[in-house]
Amino acid sequence: MDVFETILISFDALKTNKMRSALTMLGIIIGVSAVILLVSIGEGARQYIKREFGSLGTNILIVVPGKTAKEGGMHMGTSAVRKLVYDDALLIKRRSAHIKYAVPVIVGTSWVKYRGQSRDTYIVGVTEEYFPARNLRVELGRSLNTDDVQMRRRVCILGRTVKRDLFGDRNPLGAFIKIGDGRYRVIGIMKKKGVTLGYDLDDVVFIPTTAASELFDTDALFNITVKARSAEVVEEAKRDIKNILRKRHAGREDFTVLSQDEMLDVMGKVLSIMTAVLAGIAAISLVVGGIGIMNIMLVSVRERTKEIGIRKAVGAKNRDILFQFLTESTILSLTGGGIGVTAGVTIAMLIPRFISFLPVEVAWWSVIVAFVFSGMVGIFFGVYPARKAALYDPIVALRYE
Amino acid sequence: MDEEIIKLVNIRKIYFLGKVSIEVLKGIDLTVKKGEFVAIMGPSGSGKSTLLNIIGCLDRPTEGRYILEGVEVTERDDRELAEIRNRKIGFVFQSFNLLPRMPAWKNVELPLIYTGVNARERKDLAMKMLEKVGLLERAEHRPSELSGGEQQRVAIARALINTPSVILADEPTGNLDSRSGHEVMEIFKSLNKEGATIILVTHERDVAKYAERVVTIKDGICQDGCF
Repeated sequence: MDVFETILISFDALKTNKMRSALTMLGIIIGVSAVILLVSIGEGARQYIKREFGSLGTNILIVVPGKTAKEGGMHMGTSAVRKLVYDDALLIKRRSAHIKYAVPVIVGTSWVKYRGQSRDTYIVGVTEEYFPARNLRVELGRSLNTDDVQMRRRVCILGRTVKRDLFGDRNPLGAFIKIGDGRYRVIGIMKKKGVTLGYDLDDVVFIPTTAASELFDTDALFNITVKARSAEVVEEAKRDIKNILRKRHAGREDFTVLSQDEMLDVMGKVLSIMTAVLAGIAAISLVVGGIGIMNIMLVSVRERTKEIGIRKAVGAKNRDILFQFLTESTILSLTGGGIGVTAGVTIAMLIPRFISFLPVEVAWWSVIVAFVFSGMVGIFFGVYPARKAALYDPIVALRYE
Repeated sequence: MDEEIIKLVNIRKIYFLGKVSIEVLKGIDLTVKKGEFVAIMGPSGSGKSTLLNIIGCLDRPTEGRYILEGVEVTERDDRELAEIRNRKIGFVFQSFNLLPRMPAWKNVELPLIYTGVNARERKDLAMKMLEKVGLLERAEHRPSELSGGEQQRVAIARALINTPSVILADEPTGNLDSRSGHEVMEIFKSLNKEGATIILVTHERDVAKYAERVVTIKDGICQDGCF
């Protein structure tokens, strides 16, 4: 039988019940656009994290104390393991040719005060190398220098949020603020960085590592932030760090070197699972839409019993009838799928205009998968009603009023 | 002209309804030759429509043999029966049985869709058939825009389009006033003159008069005219 004719007949049948066809398609439309939308948001989140990580410097390796599984994150404190110290960082840099920067980092929180104003904030002890390694820029004043670090100068660079809270619109350069019990001279203001991965990177005060060690009365590092010379030597740099530190730590590998890729991988994995779960939930609505199609096709078969009888009487084979109804349900679902794709992609592209913090990236594979899936739903849920129609006894069907 | 088109041998039809079984046809023997115009008469419930359905391959006999143009039909499967209906049989029903959403010419071409004829040829043929029944100018009208007599003529055009071996008509004038009933019968008569084989079921003597041979069935048994 003529395929074109079959499609024509199906369109005609669907046009006869416009409202019904539209409502049936709505189920598929919602399902398909939901799949595309949710996957796009998941994909957007992934791209966003990748970008944000990139903005924190590339080819970064983080050495943290303690042996952790690869999948684990960094941990804050140290217990029985040997701590990392300032000299570890110096040694890494000196002994490996693949390493550009190695920054001993000490992190703590403390009250910061200036005249009447105060704020509880992160105090990060770093060296002058931290800023180029992490793509951080000092906007006003100057950055740390080697002397500041080596001579334990009590100088500080303020993040934007801290500066605003303590100084308002006034110029803070040269002013003395109180961090803990010490007086620190403000030498610079960081460029605005914004919120990244949930952290306000402007709510921070940088001081020399050596000064932080005094402030918090510890020589245990939070981590050593290492930047490799290039992407190609990240693995070599990692191996070097391990060898150097193992030697210093009596052969024990009681530290962990995490590369940015690994951290990205972990986050990526979590996000992939999340995206898959969301897409799965959306797919359920597609299946529900499919049941809607089946329902309406059963009604349609019942209504057109007589037509089936007539067609059979003039020579339609069971297969012809089967194909006709199957075509109809497939057209329903594919049209719904097409509209759903358009709606999903449009909404996904409009979201960033209205909700700026929600990263959305249309994943084209999800568009194809959702569309194909909707077609399959139409065929799958169309088979039962179509078979029912095909197997009608022509005499019974002809008598049906 | 002596060629046997239809040969029924001891056709029986039994309906099984739970524990009760009803024998509608109790052994019918009937032979129809090419070019014959046969009317099957009988009171309602006599089994004449069932017999016509069996001849039209819409139904199967419980027992007996049916030979259509020298081919044994009884043992064919659904698919082959559909093909036979498509190519060898033209059906005309009491209630016209046109598809309401389609214009007349689309209704007429319907059998050709299942024969696999292409769209242009289908339309050409359909127009020719409509011309034959005098409805060419009504080709674009839907059944609801046509009178009963016109609808039945469209149905006849549909039955003719595949140049079937036999035209089967089940009470074709049953839903028509007597004037359009006679018009329809005149068409059958002239088709028969052109050589068409026609089998007609009716319970009206007036209608049966158009046929050259009348078969009477009562209670599933052939009373008269069966040979």
